[in-house]
Amino acid sequence: MAKRIDVSGLTAYYSSHKAIEDISMTVEPRSVTAFIGPSGCGKSTFLRTLNRMHEVTPGGRVEGKVLLDDENLYGKDVDPVAVRRTVGMVFQRPNPFPTMSIFDNVAAGLRLNGSYKKNQLADVVEKSLKGANLWNEVKDRLNKPGSGLSGGQQQRLCIARAIAVEPDVLLMDEPCSALDPISTLAIEDLIGELKERFTIVIVTHNMQQAARVSDRTAFFNLAAVGQPGRLIEIDETERIFSNPSVQATEDYISGRFG
Amino acid sequence: MSNAVVQDTRPPASAPRKGSLSRRGLPRWAGAAFGAAGIALGCGIGLVFGLDSKVQWGLISAILFVLISYVATSVVENKRQAKDRVATSLVWVCFILALVPLVSLLWTTIKRGSKALSGDFLSHSMNGVTGFEPGGGVYHALIGTLEQVGIATVISAPLGLLTAVYLVEYGKGALAKAVTFFVDVMTGIPSIVAGLFILTLMLMFELKPSGFMGSLALSILMMPVVVRSTEEMLKLVPNELREASLALGVPKWRTILKVVLPTAIGGITTGVMLAIARIAGETAPIMLLVFGSQLINTNPFDGAQSSLPFYIWEQYRVGSDASYDRGWAAALVLIAFVMILNLVARGIARWKAPKTGR
Repeated sequence: MAKRIDVSGLTAYYSSHKAIEDISMTVEPRSVTAFIGPSGCGKSTFLRTLNRMHEVTPGGRVEGKVLLDDENLYGKDVDPVAVRRTVGMVFQRPNPFPTMSIFDNVAAGLRLNGSYKKNQLADVVEKSLKGANLWNEVKDRLNKPGSGLSGGQQQRLCIARAIAVEPDVLLMDEPCSALDPISTLAIEDLIGELKERFTIVIVTHNMQQAARVSDRTAFFNLAAVGQPGRLIEIDETERIFSNPSVQATEDYISGRFG
Repeated sequence: MSNAVVQDTRPPASAPRKGSLSRRGLPRWAGAAFGAAGIALGCGIGLVFGLDSKVQWGLISAILFVLISYVATSVVENKRQAKDRVATSLVWVCFILALVPLVSLLWTTIKRGSKALSGDFLSHSMNGVTGFEPGGGVYHALIGTLEQVGIATVISAPLGLLTAVYLVEYGKGALAKAVTFFVDVMTGIPSIVAGLFILTLMLMFELKPSGFMGSLALSILMMPVVVRSTEEMLKLVPNELREASLALGVPKWRTILKVVLPTAIGGITTGVMLAIARIAGETAPIMLLVFGSQLINTNPFDGAQSSLPFYIWEQYRVGSDASYDRGWAAALVLIAFVMILNLVARGIARWKAPKTGR
């Protein structure tokens, strides 16, 4: 069940360094929202605050509110582990578990959470691999190690692993930056299919990609090196790429920036 | 334009000719030839000048080998190649120098140890055998070593493993720093000090010597080694795997148990096995705490036991031909024990290592 994310007044720190400041936005359910902006502007940090992965980094802490369908992720009694089961994540570099087979990688989320019925496991794995458009390529070698796949296949394996636990939201941190154009296309098609079921947030450096896959686009920027990153604007993707309301956005998109 | 394939229309280069990129070179077997020449010359000089010590022969050969390599290469090739050749030659000389004591130790132990080694030697104790007559065996010492080392491993492997997990996964701040510091200090504790420490406790609580007391001292020696090696292995596990697991909503303790430890298990096993190999050869704590015995005692918690290193020392002290033979045979058994452990560790490491095949 895709959920809406409401962020208000979010500030994140690494120890004493303020990485992002005062970000407020709404992410619509069953849509793709893309984050663009220069390196170091806090896109990834902001993404990681949405499933409380930011605090895994030593010294990472957050102020402000993130509402997931009216429930504050940073509320007092909220269990970060439960948050991460609801808000899944795909990382920049494919990172299948090296000790596990393809099957075990996809099943890892369910197995390690201990919340599954044995006879359902095979179904869930098949469904997730089909969902990640990987089933036909790996169905004959589910017992082989996941690290034997190509980079693009590994990344789709990681997506299958993430959707196997049926999250409400899927966060993707530059999922295609380590992949060739064909694998990138496969994953972009996949994102288009997945948005029927999930709320998707994707960080990307590739503006064409943002234009291709997203419904809404958020532009982040930072005033200067060492300054915290800020949200400049968020709007319909078409508006952002044709007629943005802020000059900085236009400069960045048309390449006049930096 | 049809869909004609674009072709490279340049004429193919005529027969490859020697250009500025080619140079005169020595054949591939030149290194081996220099080595042979060095050794031959070294032996020749040794014979002619009547040098007694084979060590001198070897050293002269080594120096000649490096010299010949340098001169020949700088004449035939050039200075840069000559330097490269000298570096290669030095590496070879050092490699052989390092190998000499190892091989000679192994050779001597096998040669002298195989004399007394037999099925009887492995299955009998020294009960009723005086030091000067042949016969007897290491059965009691073997049992002692297996039990003492086994108990020490059971104590210190889990403790060391958990300490390392704490240091890598949870530890930050003053406590972790203190633990790291004391682990480093403990790595350098001489075995006799660990033995004396347990001895004071033994005297304080009026306990009798037993295999278990020896195990306690051995586990003090083993623990820091396990902590150190496990720590290094856990640090090698990429952070991305931890994050991948956490992002699936897996609690931290399960992430460590199911993702981090399995990824590092090969290296951890090797570390534990090396630690076992280290303590299997300890004599001092056994002398103080297990006391030594000629009889079979299978109960490590009651009464004196023996152990392989203790047995070797004991036999050497007797000073008869028969006891020397027994000592060497026991040394061979000890080396075989450590070697088997190492092979097992390598097997486990290979079996458990992250798989890369398709």
